Amino acid sequence: MELHQFTIHALQEKIRNGEVSALQIAESVFSRIDAVEGRIHSYIRLMKEEAMASAARADEGIQKGDIQPLTGIPIALKDIVCTRGIPTTCGSRMLHQFVPPYNATAVEKLAAAGAIFVGKANMDEFAMGSSTETSYFGPTRNPWDLERIPGGSSGGSATAVAADECIASIGSDTGGSIRQPAALCGVVGMKPTYGRVSRFGLIAFASSLDQIGPLTKDVEDCAIMMNVLAGYDPKESTSVKAEVPDYRQFVGRDIKGWKIGIPKEYFIDGIDPEVSAAVAKTIETVRQCGASIVEISLPHTKYCVAVYYIIAPAEASSNLARYDGVRYGFRAADARDLSEMYQKTRRQGFGAEVKRRIMIGTYALSAGYYDAYYGKASQVRALIRRDFDEAFARCDVVLTPTTPTPAFKIGEKTDDPLQMYLSDIFTISANLAGIPGISVPCGFSTSGLPIGVQFLAGHFEEGKLLQAASAYEKSAAVEKRRPAL
Amino acid sequence: MDFETVIGLEVHAQLLTDTKIFCSCSTQFGAAPNSHACPVCLGMPGVLPVLNKKVVEYAMRMALATHCAINPQNVFARKNYFYPDLPKGYQISQYAYPLAEHGYIMIDTGEGSRKIGITRIHMEEDAGKLIHDDHNPASYVDLNRTGVPLIEIVGEPDIRSPEEAAEYLRRLHEILVYLDICDGNMEEGSFRCDANVSIRPRGQKEFGTRTELKNMNSFRNVQRGLEYEVRRQQYLVENGEKIVQETRLWDDAQGVTNPMRSKEEAHDYRYFPDPDLVPVVVDEAWVADIRAGMPELPQAKRERFVNDYQIPAYDAGVLTADKALAGYYEDVVKLCGKPKIASNWVMGDVMKFLNEDKKSIRECPVSAKSLADMIGLIEEGTISGKIAKEVIADMYATGRTPQEIIREKGLVQITDEGALAKTVAAIIEANPGQLADYRGGKEKLFGFFVGQVMKATQGKANPQMVNDLLKKMLALRQAQDDID
Repeated sequence: MELHQFTIHALQEKIRNGEVSALQIAESVFSRIDAVEGRIHSYIRLMKEEAMASAARADEGIQKGDIQPLTGIPIALKDIVCTRGIPTTCGSRMLHQFVPPYNATAVEKLAAAGAIFVGKANMDEFAMGSSTETSYFGPTRNPWDLERIPGGSSGGSATAVAADECIASIGSDTGGSIRQPAALCGVVGMKPTYGRVSRFGLIAFASSLDQIGPLTKDVEDCAIMMNVLAGYDPKESTSVKAEVPDYRQFVGRDIKGWKIGIPKEYFIDGIDPEVSAAVAKTIETVRQCGASIVEISLPHTKYCVAVYYIIAPAEASSNLARYDGVRYGFRAADARDLSEMYQKTRRQGFGAEVKRRIMIGTYALSAGYYDAYYGKASQVRALIRRDFDEAFARCDVVLTPTTPTPAFKIGEKTDDPLQMYLSDIFTISANLAGIPGISVPCGFSTSGLPIGVQFLAGHFEEGKLLQAASAYEKSAAVEKRRPAL
Repeated sequence: MDFETVIGLEVHAQLLTDTKIFCSCSTQFGAAPNSHACPVCLGMPGVLPVLNKKVVEYAMRMALATHCAINPQNVFARKNYFYPDLPKGYQISQYAYPLAEHGYIMIDTGEGSRKIGITRIHMEEDAGKLIHDDHNPASYVDLNRTGVPLIEIVGEPDIRSPEEAAEYLRRLHEILVYLDICDGNMEEGSFRCDANVSIRPRGQKEFGTRTELKNMNSFRNVQRGLEYEVRRQQYLVENGEKIVQETRLWDDAQGVTNPMRSKEEAHDYRYFPDPDLVPVVVDEAWVADIRAGMPELPQAKRERFVNDYQIPAYDAGVLTADKALAGYYEDVVKLCGKPKIASNWVMGDVMKFLNEDKKSIRECPVSAKSLADMIGLIEEGTISGKIAKEVIADMYATGRTPQEIIREKGLVQITDEGALAKTVAAIIEANPGQLADYRGGKEKLFGFFVGQVMKATQGKANPQMVNDLLKKMLALRQAQDDID
């Protein structure tokens, strides 16, 4: 096995034992990138120079015994988190030359924990998409089948982990943008509780839904990343001052006697039969772990997509108003007056999907429509949240498929936004309710595409998710495969 | 036709916090462009607002001073519109759940005191400033003002004349300044006012079509703008024309209002709760805390001055119009114990000098202690009131104490009866003609003799003693002549 194929915890042990240096790990990752990046396109920008310098510094620290939780671990950052002095594009022409003068809090925390930043990962423009096809910098391909999409919007973050172009990564999840690509690429992805990980420096898509989280090769790595990322941030008003446990303690514990909720609304017609079969097998495995299965109901599930596609675009229409060409970012040339500068800048700077959502959101907030759309959606959102509160009174975690199908072909849904939106049908509810969710690999389709299963838990119950996912991961007979690249 | 005017005012007041409402940048006025502008002010991607608690406390003071009910949960909302001075493309304001509602203030009108309702008070951030290049087709943006905290005070349409509008504004202004939450500087824009105005036939219940007036940067201009607008609306109605609901700008130079370009006001602000901020929770303990720290308000101070110092309501009004002036006056009273005399000197000479120099009481060279001492010197007869006029002018010009001036200039009043009697006798002797006329019945000439005595003593003679001596000696003359 080569160094880039290992997990965080395995590499940490090798570093502690003095078996490997941070430089060796970084070199291994960059050689892997050289070999496969041309076919996958995980990254918008590689940070090799900075990474090698960081790795050299990490080795100096290691010599002195300074080993932090992520010392020497190559990490990819979704290009939606701001990096001081490094362009941060959000996958958009609008910001293709934007260089932030500040770091996202998540970036600061990862850096303080010793992480080596490999590069900025590709994504759907402004995180709007489920396939990484809307990126201004071109699509990312699924390492398991280069004709297929990796999911999105954190597609690059998922493929970089799946194809060993980094050891772990961070993405952002507004309606499934971490969990869905994690499932389609066969990696672990967690969306933490809203308020658990700071949003400061995360370029906003829909502020009440956005959350940063890790994508990793296994559940233990996810816990290690969460230990670094979680915590209150005074720079964010919606950040929550809740105690952060040592998430690693939940890894390896059993789930005997746990109640696993199976929401009947998530097992619907239209789910790919191979996905259904894989999830059914997962349920059986969980039962064999000593947990009992309870059927539960989340009655407002059918409204999730509709509610989401009002609230998210509404917030986005406001969040993206700042891209006006006045102060930073792209400005169209040859405008004769202010209004033309606005129009040309936004027409040329944004892609079609972003414009579509700005239009939807603007409409939903307009005078005379607010009550019927945004107002009503906010009310239903409260009901969706209540559904989960009631469910978690009856079970420890909820188990659902992560996606209705395995990865689809590039271009297959680009002309059909509604079909594209439905690929997040099982992940959206967690964002609306503010609860944490994790996707873990649970098998492969006959054509060799990964399938994921999702666990959901109550607010700030990431520990439960990690415990359930880790117990499942340990006992599942999921074949350990690597994409053939 | 007899019309009634209906006016409602919206006032924006900049709060005097050291830092901005959602970041830690300074709020200082007049700094180099964009020197107080951080990524939050610039609306850069990914940065987030964090509420300055001081802003809430200052706004709560105003809410309590205007008898508003404070909402236990109030919510920031985004007001969306595009303009280059608005970096995020939205202003963070409050909409459905403002800080406070349902208040009022009292104003004095020709027909006595009247209650003017306050609909709501909410917190929001100020926008930046555009600077247009006169020589090039370019505009520049200064974001120093972006994020400076404002409160908007929305008044009920209870005002019935432009004079009342100006009076209402003065009262609001006075309260804000008393509360130490706003410097009230209208020229620098710390206190701004928009007005909604309509007219209706007297007796009609429904409001007429209103227009909104902007760009009036002084109390006087608010009154002038409204007076013009009322005349304009009356003219339209009397000539059978329709009033168009629109925003109009006051043109100070021309003395008229003109419609804003309709494009500029065609806004749908698409308000919605700002998801980057949590609701502001105001519990009773917090309100009690703010209430306990409230200073005395102008209305209460006026009443106290009238009751405790027994000065006329007019004096109390003048003295309390400025908190610092009221403080000065009270210091003088405490030191000299003569409230009415103190008010005469403060409102008379002291304010006259300050007005001539366009200075505020804070810059007054005459300390409260010196003024009190001077009043004491008059009371004990060391100097006359007339000499005091000279003394206070010197005090104002040089900042010296009255004792120093009196000593140096030898202004101590002559109260030696023997010496004064000699002078009076000499004056009578020296003016036989006037004496004869006086005795012939021209009693007005008494004043002439007083004047001559004062002249001879350079004004230092005690006026009462001069009066008495003159009366006595003139009467004595008369008696002697009668005997002769």
